[in-house]
Amino acid sequence: MAKTLFEKIWDKHIVKTMEDGPSVLYIDKHFIHEVTSPQAFKGIEKRGLKVFRPQQVVATADHNVPTVNQHLPIKDELSRLQVQQLTENCKKHDIALYGLGHPFQGIVHVIGPELGITQPGMTIVCGDSHTSTHGAFGAIAFGIGTSEVEMVFASQCLLQSKPKLMRINVEGKLGKGVVSKDIVLYIIAQINTGGATGYAVEFAGSAIRDLSMEARMTICNMSIEMGARCGLIAPDEKTFEYVKGRQFAPGKEQWGKKLGEWQQLYSDQDAVFDKELTIQAADVEPMITYGTNPGLGIAVSGHIPVTDTIMDEGERKNIAKALEYMGLLPGKSLLGMPVQHIFIGSCTNSRIEDLRMVASVIKGKKKSDRVEVMIVPGSQQVAAQVKAEGLDKIFEAAGFTIRQAGCSACLGMNEDKIPAGEYCISTSNRNFEGRQGAGARTLLASPLTAAAAALTGVVSDIREIF
Amino acid sequence: MQPINIIKSSFVPLPMENIDTDQIIPARFLKATTRDGFGKNLFRDWRYESDDENRPKADFILNNPAYKGEILVAGKNFGCGSSREHAAWSILDYGFRVVVSSFFADIFSNNALNNGVIPVTVSDAFLDKIFQQPHTAVLTVNLGEQSITIDATGDKEHFEISSYKKTCLLNGYDDIDYLLSIKEEITAFEEAR
Repeated sequence: MAKTLFEKIWDKHIVKTMEDGPSVLYIDKHFIHEVTSPQAFKGIEKRGLKVFRPQQVVATADHNVPTVNQHLPIKDELSRLQVQQLTENCKKHDIALYGLGHPFQGIVHVIGPELGITQPGMTIVCGDSHTSTHGAFGAIAFGIGTSEVEMVFASQCLLQSKPKLMRINVEGKLGKGVVSKDIVLYIIAQINTGGATGYAVEFAGSAIRDLSMEARMTICNMSIEMGARCGLIAPDEKTFEYVKGRQFAPGKEQWGKKLGEWQQLYSDQDAVFDKELTIQAADVEPMITYGTNPGLGIAVSGHIPVTDTIMDEGERKNIAKALEYMGLLPGKSLLGMPVQHIFIGSCTNSRIEDLRMVASVIKGKKKSDRVEVMIVPGSQQVAAQVKAEGLDKIFEAAGFTIRQAGCSACLGMNEDKIPAGEYCISTSNRNFEGRQGAGARTLLASPLTAAAAALTGVVSDIREIF
Repeated sequence: MQPINIIKSSFVPLPMENIDTDQIIPARFLKATTRDGFGKNLFRDWRYESDDENRPKADFILNNPAYKGEILVAGKNFGCGSSREHAAWSILDYGFRVVVSSFFADIFSNNALNNGVIPVTVSDAFLDKIFQQPHTAVLTVNLGEQSITIDATGDKEHFEISSYKKTCLLNGYDDIDYLLSIKEEITAFEEAR
């Protein structure tokens, strides 16, 4: 029978299926971090259990760590205790930890792929919704709650119901100045934040195949922002090439066998999806959000919707409320609007290609005096690569502040926050009220659009700057 | 986990859509290492002026003493965003045992179920009916029967829940109890791969 990519991976990981109930899904890799794991460790300890398969768990500290002076003890007491507890828990349970100061430390969804831990065909979970990122390798990867972290600690399994399947095809060539972040913001603007809830979404089509692995990660990363259980892309030569030779990739002896398995990971021609939609890459423009959820996005050259014309009452109220929070007016263009902050980072856009993209725009130029620009590499390895390529010199010369690896101003857990009422163009994934700090106003965009605004100090169309 | 079956209570209406988990519990409160005490920070930034507990926002429903109860009723796509289970913990710790909406985000729904909070999905029309009730209205959520009733009007709707999860909630079991009971099968699965 013809199967989808999702089904091929799913079927191989089912331990058993309850009659009229969920399936027991076996988990290959479990990433953990300091914020959503302590209560899970406490939970298994209360039951007198050890972590069942510690070799399949990988830990890092990213959400709640400072991005300056990481060699010093963490100043904030609660943060220090949380990070300390992760260290102790990993030691007690024999879990590999890439904590602060380790050359592999970084945002969990950046380090998994860059270390070759993330591989095609796997099931991967983490107590973080952006675990969907790893689906870019043709893996079933999804975010879980802390009780589920505890379940995986206890049994290396989760009880899961099979989601419905959706395929989103992106066909054709992207226009100038348009990158994968724009594709995913465009899709979310089309189908809304709940448009893929209950579905596993496969991204396919020629425009997706044309993307690099890092660009694909950006798309899968934000599949949770359309509500999807997970997002995934069939692996291809680019995927295999990316994985090959990395720290924890299969070695020479196993490579041939693994590759043979991975080459079977695609949706069969006659495979059936519950829902399918196709978009044309040429219709996608550089995108920016104006509201307080990632679905409230427009082309940077477009206009904020006129609320009076929105038929659905709930939607009309949502947008009105969002605009009030954002201090924006219906029907207006965002172009030329002053912003005070630019944040380049997060599990969505903090990889080396993202930073190269930014450097390509600002090389030899200076940032506008009106903006503060913070650039936070996704991992120690990305930071090292930035130095090796001399990008740090370009950023410093432009007046950017380069920080150390972590989630930083994406979620405002540490001191990297945007002040109330100020605008930030952010390459991150969420523009919820208060996400980047109480009262902060976030405009989500691509690294190119962020770089353009860094130069001008206002919302700008990258196509006019190139 | 506390077993749960019938909840008969007044409710707190929050007729907004897409309430994300950053609103339910902002990230700065995720530094704790236990599951307790999150209730006081539930909807923190909607509840207080400038993060000050002495300055409750008068127009926010949780600060209106007329509205209370064990049931929270919210607009569609409740719990979208971050996977933080702290959102479910804060709802439970505040005293809610049921959240009613016409649509729930996936991860939130699982997190709620894993903490003995029932996510009750109703039709848009039924949700509207609840929102139209006075603050004194009482709802009855009957898990065994899978029904929700507006007591005063007798309006009643059936809701869906997986039979496995229903059994867990009725008995206070969690998934770990089950997963530990099949460890031999899990090991056999690993060996057969």
